[in-house]
Amino acid sequence: MALAVYLPLALPALFAPFAGPLSERLDPRHATWLLTGAAVALAGCSTLALGLLAAAAVVRIPLVASLGHWSLGVLGRDTPAGITVALLAGVLLGAAVLAICGFVIRRCRALAGAFREARWLPGRGQAVVVADEAADAYALPGWPGRIVVTAGMLAALDEPGRAALVAHEQAHLAGFHYLFTTAARLAATASPLLRPVARAVEYTVERWADERAATVVGDRRLVAHTIGRAALAAKAGRPRRAIPAALGAVFSGARVRAHAGAGPVPRRVAALLASPPPRRLVLLAAVLALVALAGICALVAANDLQDLLSLASTHHHP
Amino acid sequence: MHRMPHTDPPPRRGAGELEAAVLSVLWQAGRALSPGEVQQALTGQAGAPELSYSTVVTILSRLHAKKALGRRRDGRAFRYAPVADEAGLAARRLAAMLDKEPDRQAVLSRFVADLSDSDEALLRRVLADDGGPGGS
Repeated sequence: MALAVYLPLALPALFAPFAGPLSERLDPRHATWLLTGAAVALAGCSTLALGLLAAAAVVRIPLVASLGHWSLGVLGRDTPAGITVALLAGVLLGAAVLAICGFVIRRCRALAGAFREARWLPGRGQAVVVADEAADAYALPGWPGRIVVTAGMLAALDEPGRAALVAHEQAHLAGFHYLFTTAARLAATASPLLRPVARAVEYTVERWADERAATVVGDRRLVAHTIGRAALAAKAGRPRRAIPAALGAVFSGARVRAHAGAGPVPRRVAALLASPPPRRLVLLAAVLALVALAGICALVAANDLQDLLSLASTHHHP
Repeated sequence: MHRMPHTDPPPRRGAGELEAAVLSVLWQAGRALSPGEVQQALTGQAGAPELSYSTVVTILSRLHAKKALGRRRDGRAFRYAPVADEAGLAARRLAAMLDKEPDRQAVLSRFVADLSDSDEALLRRVLADDGGPGGS
């Protein structure tokens, strides 16, 4: 019982360090699905485990025990956690629920704002050019979603580069990538240990769109150089924004991918200049096994609590 | 990008919607309007929020502070008109949106994230090593 209820709490911590390496090594589309699914499943299992631990405290409240017709003696002897641990779990669960509510409200509001913005943007076409000298471009989720490109960004790119940019942003909209990042962030809100996984998903959707753009324009190097140009132009356009420098030495070429301090843009460019990522079924299977383990443990723990309650019920003497 | 300094307290919920409604009235009018005329035009619109005169004045002065509206004195009140064309205004609104809370930024898929100085150096090395288009 004890292992089954504590393991789902520990698995996010075990999984999180692998999120970054997985995001670099797997095919980005697979990585996005896998990491998002794993984050949601692990967050769900760990929240359930917290709930089970907290329930052990709740059922020991005499009033609750009498309402449920449970024997306090049996509950006190066989519950998975001491009262301190159970109370701590209750506090953590409460904090998680509050954080989830806050996140859902903020994210829904932001998405509603984006949908409104997408509807209000001038013109009927998918892409909108805004009169702004700073180089920037983004996909705005909506119904339909829009692609916003500043005049500064258009000026920084040549015609094939613009095609690559539009293909990248179209891939975001067509793939509903904001749903993946939102789901992963939600999981990380429920279980903060999963934050590296949410960050990894935010990276893999970019890689997904990059690879899709490379397929559409038929040239990985073109996409790589377009990203590079766009990023340099965007930085030149906002000199006043303070960005903390990443720590560490400068690496070149494919070794960027191994460089933990590198930001997403150099890593995306390096990934496109390297050969396309292979499908690695062993890694996929390993992650799925870990998620299955969390699920089984949570189920066993839930089942154990149920057994305990029925045992307490049979020993209850009114 | 035109980044507006936010000196006033953050606008409460729905403020963006009200600002958009007021702006669309001013675009459609095609001339400078007094707050009373704006309020009247808003009341005539189907589905538009019912706004008090003072709310309209507040929205107009906020938009003026954001440099989305120009104004000139006309008697005791001001008359307001949009200073930007639609595209320019869209740019301003989006810039303001990007500057707001991180959740707003999170739902936009930006083509390129901000580069740190070391990322910039790294990126230049990678592109130079590869040569070819844009490798300078």
